[in-house]
Amino acid sequence: MTDNAIINISDINKTYQVGEQPLHALQNIKLNIKQGEYLSLMGPSGSGKSTLLNMIGLLDRPDTGQYQLQGENTELLTEEQRALLRRKYIGFVFQSFHLIPRLTALENVELPLMLAGVKPKLRREKSSKLLSELGLGNHLGQLPKHLSGGQLQRVGIARALITEPTILLADEPTGNLDQSSGQEVTDILERYNRNGITLLVVTHDLALGNRARRQLNMIDGVIVTDTRLSTIKIKQYEQQGSSQ
Amino acid sequence: MNLADHWLFSYQALARHRLRSAMVLLAIGMGVSSVLLLTSIGEGARLFIEQEFSALGSKMLIVLPGKKETTGSSPPLYGTSPRDLTIEDAQALKNIRTISHVAPIIAGTATVSNQSLSRDIIIIGTNREMFTVRNLSVKQGRMLPKNSETRATPVCILGAKLAEELFKKSSPLGQWLRIGEYKYRVIGLLEQRGESLGLDLRDMAIIPVRSAQMLFNSPALFRILLQLKQTKFETSTIVKINKTIAQRHEGEADITIISQDAMLSSFNKIIVAVTASIGAIAAISLIVAGILIMNVSYISVSQRREEIGLLKSLGASGREVRLIFIISSLVITSFGTLAGLILSYSIVFIIQTNFPSIPLAIPWWSTLAAIFMSFIMALLFSWLPANKAAAVDPILALRG
Ligand SMILES: Nc1ncnc2c1ncn2[C@@H]1O[C@H](COP(=O)(O)OP(=O)(O)OP(=O)(O)O)[C@@H](O)[C@H]1O
Ligand SMILES: [Mg+2]
Repeated sequence: MTDNAIINISDINKTYQVGEQPLHALQNIKLNIKQGEYLSLMGPSGSGKSTLLNMIGLLDRPDTGQYQLQGENTELLTEEQRALLRRKYIGFVFQSFHLIPRLTALENVELPLMLAGVKPKLRREKSSKLLSELGLGNHLGQLPKHLSGGQLQRVGIARALITEPTILLADEPTGNLDQSSGQEVTDILERYNRNGITLLVVTHDLALGNRARRQLNMIDGVIVTDTRLSTIKIKQYEQQGSSQ
Repeated sequence: MNLADHWLFSYQALARHRLRSAMVLLAIGMGVSSVLLLTSIGEGARLFIEQEFSALGSKMLIVLPGKKETTGSSPPLYGTSPRDLTIEDAQALKNIRTISHVAPIIAGTATVSNQSLSRDIIIIGTNREMFTVRNLSVKQGRMLPKNSETRATPVCILGAKLAEELFKKSSPLGQWLRIGEYKYRVIGLLEQRGESLGLDLRDMAIIPVRSAQMLFNSPALFRILLQLKQTKFETSTIVKINKTIAQRHEGEADITIISQDAMLSSFNKIIVAVTASIGAIAAISLIVAGILIMNVSYISVSQRREEIGLLKSLGASGREVRLIFIISSLVITSFGTLAGLILSYSIVFIIQTNFPSIPLAIPWWSTLAAIFMSFIMALLFSWLPANKAAAVDPILALRG
C-alpha cells in the first residue's frame, strides 16, 4: 500500500448474474491512485471500465475486496455515509451530460451545493464564477436545450468541479462531442488536473487516452496493463497538444 | 438541502408539468372545498337553531314529569310509574320568588270540527302566562280568560291556518266549534309566527288548561313552562323547584328540569356530530385526491429516473431523494389546499352577502381538519412512490 495514495483498491471482484452464467465484470482489481494523477482507462466495450469507475465513485459496491478512499474503508459504510463521501471527494462527468432540462446552466451547476446546503447567495457566486472560467459567462441563465454539446459538457464539468472534489471521474467525456469541442473539454479537464485534481478518464479514443501520464488497459474485467509515461514523453505530448 | 431549496426545487419540477400539477391541484382543492362547504351547511343549521333558541329568551325553564336518569344507575325507589304533574303543582311553583311566570301545559290531539269541516290537530291547554313565556300574542279577539287554571271555560284561540281551514273566508271570532265531545267558542286568533321549536303554531288550538283537563279527562300536565325573573337565578330556582315538587310528591322530586342552555347544548352536540360525519364523508374526496397524488408521483418517479440517478451521483442519499419527492407532493398539496380554502370561503361569502337567509358558516374545526387531512393524505400517498424513488439504482438510471 502506498502512503500518499488517495485511492487504494485491493482484490476487488464484481460478478453479475446474466442468465445462467455469472459474468465477471471486475476480477481481482488492484489499483492505487495518488493525488494529482492523470489516468486514462481504455479497453474494449464490456471490459468493465464503467463498472470500475462507478466502484471508485461509490455508486457501486464490490462483492469482495477492499476499497479505501482517502484512507477510509468504504465496504462497511451505510448508503448515507457513502453519499456523504461521494459529495465530498468525487465529481462525475458523463458522456451524455445528464443536465436537468428544466434548470438553467447556473442552476445545474448550483445543484451539488444546494444538496450540500450551501446558502443561495454563496453558491450562486461560486457557480457563476466557475462557469465564467469555463467560458460560459454569457450563458448562465440558459436552459440546456439552448446550449451546444461542447457547452453542455462544460456545464457538466463545472457541476462536477463546483464542490472542489479531489477526484474527477469522467466516463467518455468526449464521446458525444465533435473533434473541436472534444478538444476543448479535454483541455479543461487537463487544466484542472495540472492544478492538482486527480483525473480518471474512461475513453475509447486512443488519442485522448494516450495523453494521460498513466494508462490503464482493461480486458474482461482485468487490468492488463498499467503504463506510466516518462516525464520526457509527457513534455512531448504537451507540446503536441499546444501546437494543435 | 434546506427547506427553502426543497420547495424551490419541487416547485420547478411541478411547474414543468403544468397540466399534471393542475389536475392534482384541482383534485385537492375540490376535496378541501367539499369538506368545507358541506360542513358549512351543518354549521349554518347549528347557528340557525342557536338563534331560534335565543329568540325565546334565556330565562325559560321547562319542567317535565318523571325523572330522566341520565346516569342510568339508580333504580326507581318509589312506585313504578312517576306521579303526574298537576295544575296544582304548577300553582305551587308560583310561590317561588325568582319565578315570574308559570304556564302549565296539557297537550293532546283531538278532532276539531265546524259543521262538515273537521281536522285532527294538536290541542294545547294552558293559561295566559304561556303567551308571555313563549312570546306569542293574539292577533284578533281576546286572550284566554284569567281563570284558565280554575275554570273550564269553553273558549279557544285558533292558529291562522286552522281558522282558515275550518271557517274559510268568514270570520271565526264568536263562532262555536266542536273539539272532541265539547263545544267551544272561538275568542281569538293567534298571530302568525310560523314554526316554533318544532310545533306548527298555525295549525293548533289553545284552550284553558282546566278545559283541556276535562277534554282529555286527565289532570296530567304535559309540561310546565317557567320564566325566571333573571337568568342568574337559574341554579337556585332549580333547587327550589325540586324542593317544592318533592314536598308535594311524598319526598320525591320526580321531575326533569330543562334549561334553555341544556337543551341548546344537546342540540349542539347532535348537530356537530352530524356535521362532522358529513365532513368525514366529504373527506372521501380527499382520499381520491390522495390516490391521484400517488399515481402522479409514480409517473413522476419513472420520468425522473435519470434525474434521481444524477442526484445520487452528486451525493444525495436515498433518504434525501425520498424527501425530495415527499416535499414535492406537499408543495402541490399546499397550493391545492390554499385554492380549496379560497374557493370555499369565497363561495360562502358570496352566498352570505347575496342570500342572507340561507344559513351557511364554515366551522373553524372543519377548516383545520381539512388542512390536516390533505397533508396527511399527501404524506401517506406519496410515501410509496417516494420510496421507489429512493431505491432507484443510479448506475442503471444514468446508463439511460
Ligand atoms: N447491472 C448489470 N447487470 C448485468 N450486467 C452488467 C450490469 N452492469 C454491467 N454489466 C455487464 O458488465 C460488463 C462490464 O460492463 P461495463 O459497463 O463496465 O463495460 P464498459 O467497459 O464500460 O463498456 P463500454 O465501453 O461499452 O461502456 C458488461 O458485460 C456489462 O454487460
Ligand atoms: Mg462504459
